[in-house]
Amino acid sequence: MGKIIVVWTAILLLSAAGGAQERPSASESLNSGNTKVSTNPVSTEDQRIKILEDQVQLLTQQLSLLRGEFTSLREANAAAAELGPRLVLTSVHSESATLSEALGANTPAAASPTPQDNPMQPSALQTYGGATSNAKLLNPDISMIGDFIGTVGHNSVVPSRSLELHESELGVQAIIDPYSRGDFFLSFGEQGVNVEEGYVTFTSLPKGFVARVGKMRAAFGKVNTIHNHALDYIDRPLATVNLLGGEDGINDAGVSVTRIFAGPKDWFLEGTAQVFRGDSADVFQANDRKDVSVVGHFRGYKDLSESTNLDIGFSYARGHNNMGSAFLTNLYGADTTLRWKPLRRAVYNSLMWRNEFFWSNRDQLSSAITRVTEHAFGLYSSLNYRVNRRWTVGGRFDRSDRATNSALTDTGFSSIVTYWPSEFSQIRGQYRFGRYAEGVNANEFLMQVLFVLGAHGAHPF
Amino acid sequence: MTRIVPILWKRILSGLLILALLNCFPASVPAANKLSVVTATTDLAALVQEVGGDRVEVDSIARGYQDPHFVEAKPSFLLKLRKTDLLVIVGLELEIGWLPPLIQQSGNPKIQVGAPGYLDASRFATILEIPTGQVTRAEGDVHPLGNPHYWLDPENGLRIAKGIKDKLIEMHPADADYFAQRYASFEQRLKQADQQWLAEMKPYAGRKIVTYHRSWPNFAQHFHLDVDGYVEPRPGIPPSPQHTVELIQLMKRDGVKVIVVEPYFDLKTPNSIARETGGQVVVLMPSVGGEKEITDYFKLFDYDIAKLKQAFDTTK
Repeated sequence: MGKIIVVWTAILLLSAAGGAQERPSASESLNSGNTKVSTNPVSTEDQRIKILEDQVQLLTQQLSLLRGEFTSLREANAAAAELGPRLVLTSVHSESATLSEALGANTPAAASPTPQDNPMQPSALQTYGGATSNAKLLNPDISMIGDFIGTVGHNSVVPSRSLELHESELGVQAIIDPYSRGDFFLSFGEQGVNVEEGYVTFTSLPKGFVARVGKMRAAFGKVNTIHNHALDYIDRPLATVNLLGGEDGINDAGVSVTRIFAGPKDWFLEGTAQVFRGDSADVFQANDRKDVSVVGHFRGYKDLSESTNLDIGFSYARGHNNMGSAFLTNLYGADTTLRWKPLRRAVYNSLMWRNEFFWSNRDQLSSAITRVTEHAFGLYSSLNYRVNRRWTVGGRFDRSDRATNSALTDTGFSSIVTYWPSEFSQIRGQYRFGRYAEGVNANEFLMQVLFVLGAHGAHPF
Repeated sequence: MTRIVPILWKRILSGLLILALLNCFPASVPAANKLSVVTATTDLAALVQEVGGDRVEVDSIARGYQDPHFVEAKPSFLLKLRKTDLLVIVGLELEIGWLPPLIQQSGNPKIQVGAPGYLDASRFATILEIPTGQVTRAEGDVHPLGNPHYWLDPENGLRIAKGIKDKLIEMHPADADYFAQRYASFEQRLKQADQQWLAEMKPYAGRKIVTYHRSWPNFAQHFHLDVDGYVEPRPGIPPSPQHTVELIQLMKRDGVKVIVVEPYFDLKTPNSIARETGGQVVVLMPSVGGEKEITDYFKLFDYDIAKLKQAFDTTK
């Protein structure tokens, strides 16, 4: 700590000295500028600009000196290694503040700085009573996403509330150290709080492996990996509800390893292997410590042209179900996505056509109390189009057997319109028709408002 | 049921085996002794090329005619990133919507945030429009760290090139002389070109323009133009009828005739504003590669200045 203080004092002194050397010349040139204003305004303007430019250049040089000092200080302090990226940002910030200060210095009001007006110090070393307050700079990125849903219409099979704050998702994300980053997504529903995802990602493993440890949405297909607020529709497809455990899907505590490969003919290939505890909604249930579930995903992607690309995937999941340790559920999935987004018109027009197919083989007891495997199949196909900067429309066809009784098949259709006031909010309306196996038809209209507070998250792809 | 566990492990092992086998696919390994550099934008790629010459292999993620805020995080970019030695980014949260996941998924320790192969070019540049006081999104998609379109000032271009030179030397000390010499040559040529650009733009000093997005503050400052208003009511918010009416009034009052639009924005509103005000829409390229003929950092300014001069002359 003492070392830091010494170095900082040195920086303060240095820069103060620099400022003292530089300032007289600035005011001199300013004066000369002023005297000439009356005689020849045009050339004076040019001269002034030139003088100012020189001034700025001088200050920039001093700053780079200072920054050098700052960097060496940072390097000297090995413990602060993980502060790297944040400190870089602060240094950018303070640097620019100084430059604007420097520009401001040509007005007489600002031309009388005292040595305390050290350029480096204010934003970088602001303390509010203690060394720990600098820790604020290391706070993670925080975002909160509100998901409000209103429903009208009739649905006796899967009833939902008329109005609800369906989910409030708190995202807390930060780089942990040079080797890993952490992501937490806590979802506050109407029933309580749930860690939707919380994992550490190891980004600096050898051989290009990326590993994740924690609770996460399993890499089973596409829709299972997407958070509620990032879905293209207000609800999830029937196949998710019937075969993959509903809204939460396959989401469990475990370990994931991913590796990307360059395939032949410019194909991008990605393999993911995951091991989970084996508890996921009503899909998997661990009755025993040995009842772990595994998920494997293989993805292929190719740019067909600059604006069109094809994304395909195969997924496999295996775990034990609620009938007991001897009863397995094997899930197979295939997904295809075709995207079109012309680069020049990217914010105005785009198209996405996505299909997913799921096969569920579930061991269970038949009515004759013998073990049978129930084979169920489900799919959805959705097409979404961005009409212009603010409007997107889409339609989805759904069909799915029920996992426990494949003789029961539900079918549905949805169409959706989304209005984007900005990148940070969406207002949507979805019409949903469902023909349920019970012989009941449901016609519903869903309305959703999504709003994002705080950190700018990554755009979904 | 205990039988299942060995089966599971067998499956996991075989999965890993498959991964290991796939590993054998020969990746396109860059020629030995060449530094592989990936940049977020084409401008940075052009600057890396200027300094790095034939000792680097440089590729950009975004194209020059693409809105750099809204690049898609395509997996194919991961193939570029996973083996590269150096990633140069614009920073100031320009790429926040797409670069973080790419870096994270690349599996490349060399380019992770803060690693030696991660270079934020904004560190070297003069940054404008840094918001002071409370920053909220009521002002649209603001960049709390300042305007990220800073490369459109040749002086910043030089500063970035210097930063790149230092980084390349640090990564490849054997070629230090080569990089230093390339940089010196670039500096000389750029200063010369800048003299000429400034001379060309001198007759238009102080002219007022309107731009679609806030992409041009550094350009305007360097070439002494005055940005009077924006087609977007707030950054990232599409034009609204009310704002357009106000803008037309402003332009009529101040005699503004030139509306600068980036190649990735819709021309409908700018065109109707131009009709109302008797002005002219000019599509300027914010980045290298925006048009085929803009193949380097010099041609970017050549192109934009020629277009601007033409627009100023016809709307005199």
